[in-house]
Amino acid sequence: MHDAHHAEPTGFLSRVVFSRDHKVIAKQFLLLGLLFLGLGGILALLIRWQLAFPGKPVPIVGQYLFSATAGAISPEGYTMLFTMHGTIMIFFAITPMLIGAFGNLCIPLMIGARDMAFPLLNMLSFWVAAASGVVLAGSFFVEGGAAMAGWTAYPPLSGATATPGLGQTLWAVSLFLGGVSTLMGAINYVTTILMLRAPGMGFFRMPLSVWGLGLAAVLNILFVPVIAAALLMLILDRVANTGFFVSGAQPGSAGDPLLFQHLFWIFGHPEVYILILPAWGIVSDLLAVFSRKPAFGFKATAIAMSSIVVLSTVVYGHHMYTVGLSPGLGKAFMSLTMLISIPSSVLFLNWLGTIWRGSIRLEPAMLFALGVVFVFGMGGLTGLFLGAITTDIYLHDTAFVVGHFHYTMAASVLFGSLAAIYFWFPKMFGRMLCPELARLHFWFTFLPLNLVFFPMLIEGYGGMPRRLYEPTSYKYLVQFQPVNQLITFAAMVLGLAQLIFVWNVVRSLWAGERAPANPWEATTLEWLTPSPPPHENFDVIPEVHRGPHEHSRPDVPDRDWIGQWESQAPAAPQTPPAPPADSEAVAV
Amino acid sequence: MQAEATADTLPVPHASGEPTAGKVGMWIFLVTDALSFGGLLIGYASLRSWSPTWPVPSSVLDIPLTALNTFVLICSSVSMVLAVSAAEAGDRKSVIRWLGATVAGGLCFLSIQAYEYHHLISGGLSLSSSLFGATFFTLTGFHGAHVASGVLYLSTLLFGVLAGKFVGHGDSHIEIAGLFWHFVDLIWILIFTFVYLV
Ligand code: HEM
Ligand SMILES: [Cu+2]
Repeated sequence: MHDAHHAEPTGFLSRVVFSRDHKVIAKQFLLLGLLFLGLGGILALLIRWQLAFPGKPVPIVGQYLFSATAGAISPEGYTMLFTMHGTIMIFFAITPMLIGAFGNLCIPLMIGARDMAFPLLNMLSFWVAAASGVVLAGSFFVEGGAAMAGWTAYPPLSGATATPGLGQTLWAVSLFLGGVSTLMGAINYVTTILMLRAPGMGFFRMPLSVWGLGLAAVLNILFVPVIAAALLMLILDRVANTGFFVSGAQPGSAGDPLLFQHLFWIFGHPEVYILILPAWGIVSDLLAVFSRKPAFGFKATAIAMSSIVVLSTVVYGHHMYTVGLSPGLGKAFMSLTMLISIPSSVLFLNWLGTIWRGSIRLEPAMLFALGVVFVFGMGGLTGLFLGAITTDIYLHDTAFVVGHFHYTMAASVLFGSLAAIYFWFPKMFGRMLCPELARLHFWFTFLPLNLVFFPMLIEGYGGMPRRLYEPTSYKYLVQFQPVNQLITFAAMVLGLAQLIFVWNVVRSLWAGERAPANPWEATTLEWLTPSPPPHENFDVIPEVHRGPHEHSRPDVPDRDWIGQWESQAPAAPQTPPAPPADSEAVAV
Repeated sequence: MQAEATADTLPVPHASGEPTAGKVGMWIFLVTDALSFGGLLIGYASLRSWSPTWPVPSSVLDIPLTALNTFVLICSSVSMVLAVSAAEAGDRKSVIRWLGATVAGGLCFLSIQAYEYHHLISGGLSLSSSLFGATFFTLTGFHGAHVASGVLYLSTLLFGVLAGKFVGHGDSHIEIAGLFWHFVDLIWILIFTFVYLV
């Protein structure tokens, strides 16, 4: 904890590499996440190649990557690809981008703090994450290759007998380290939100992004330790033959593979909300800014997100309907799962309420936020089929599941991250991105993305299993081969379109227009301070006078916004001073 | 940046008992840490309840020795309390005495545990000998690692106190370390109950 104002560090190492400034750490996490997003994307394209052209050598890169099989992907190689793709995307791409980068950037700036509560811990959190990324990336190069038991790593498949290589052990070690890093971050986020809010920043005046990020941190605090315990046991099973998850490891011992599944999903279900909550919060804020309206049902949205946090802790069994749970338990999990659709619908309708009759500005960030509304709608609707036992027994482990979770994670969460980048890039780097390129990026992402994931729903409905090496080996799946090729072509377009984004970022960093303090005429505290913000963020800590989305107030002349930091509307000669705004806000 | 800005960064000294970022952070950490023990204990409970065979703990483990060890750890919690109140009162000599006693208690606990491990391992119990051995060493080992980190943590503070820091009204370093130490103690009582007694 720091009591005094700190001087800005001057050395290169302390300013750029081992910085404790949350804004620098945010950039480091963003870079880490984007690098792994690229890697995960390449792995996805390799998976898609095999599904569209089973057994054919991969063009160009195949001869280097799969030289032993003359450029074709072997069954083991394929297993490794989807395992590492899933792991990388979830824990090393999306998590660092949304939680690492935007958690770090937004929380202190939006609540009016100078930094996180524990800057040193914050720095360590990044370096532990980087170390865990190095371990994971390094595992590709050990003998036997990287992990091969799926991102869920169910034993006995992930045990030492089925997957003997060092790669699977490194996978577990890397995830364990990643968990440690996440926890350091989460403790910091929650403490910061509880303790360092600017005067006047009551909980119901915090932007919804902070709500989403804070609630995700709470879930991390509660459930990452559970997966850490499971990973510890898995590591011991592999290196010390403890037999927790493998029956008969010792004579007469009754190790239990299902125990791992329980522990995994106790964490795993909240994990999907850990990823989506920040995206929900960010989207809720962006829709308000670019519709020039207060967020519709602001409090209801915050409460809906909180109740989802509570519900998400008791529904994990819906991932295990087919393992032979007692039917009573299955029904309980199903009912609880269905309950989640109530707050989710509140949230969704509130988004529609926000844009309803707004004066919409289709800035790139808004396009991506609207994209989230669409793809999350798809993800949520398909989720209903998987939450209901009767349909899930048929759809379990098919491409339908792959379509569903890509709509929620790959599409909604990724779009949420991209919206966040387009929105806060000027604040982070002090430069504007090129909006034309950004629009191009949006359309070349949004359309192919749907061409990738929608057909997967149809294939799954037609009975195509997921994690399938050779689709043409089943007669009834041969008819889907043109669909598989369509998906793969769309995925390639999607991949190439990301180059537009990379180019836009690189170009803007050097030659982008300088960003003003408040390019979007937004109302939350980060737009008060210059872009990029100075060391320790604010010259003087602002006082907060109103809620986070005061747009288009009739009593504010000439402007359709008024900042949280403004005690009254500026330049309002005739009108009486603005009445105490947002009378319902709860004081600190 | 100008110096007036200091005033609005953070409230200045805190009376003991009042929440500070450091204390809040430690409490949150303890929640997390408790849940990691929770994960292991769920595993222990479910494996034990499914296992067709499970030795009666007292037939394998030396209960009186560990009861003594438990007593040592509880005493070290008492000395920790005394260290915290001495720090609050600004009584440096007593802080050094009681913090030293706490560190000694931790070391004593670890030595007895090492002796116990040695004894059990030479008797054939190990991580891979049976599920009983696996859960026993994982749970007590994970806890032992906590005691060891606690000893390191308190020793660092002790050196700080010897160098003239951390003592006096409004400094919560020792209080925060105390939270951790009591937590480790509390977890031990759970482990002692579930692994040794039940
Ligand atoms: C946007 C481009 C992406 C494409 C084209 C893509 C494609 C694929 C494909 C083809 C699979 C294998 C399905 C199977 O046979 O089981 C897969 C699996 C998976 N993907 Fe993606 N994906 C993309 C992005 C993402 C993102 C952003 C995430 C996470 C946030 C993600 C998470 C996963 C997970 C968790 C798996 C399951 C891995 C496993 O079965 O263990 N994907 N993806
Ligand atoms: Cu779930």
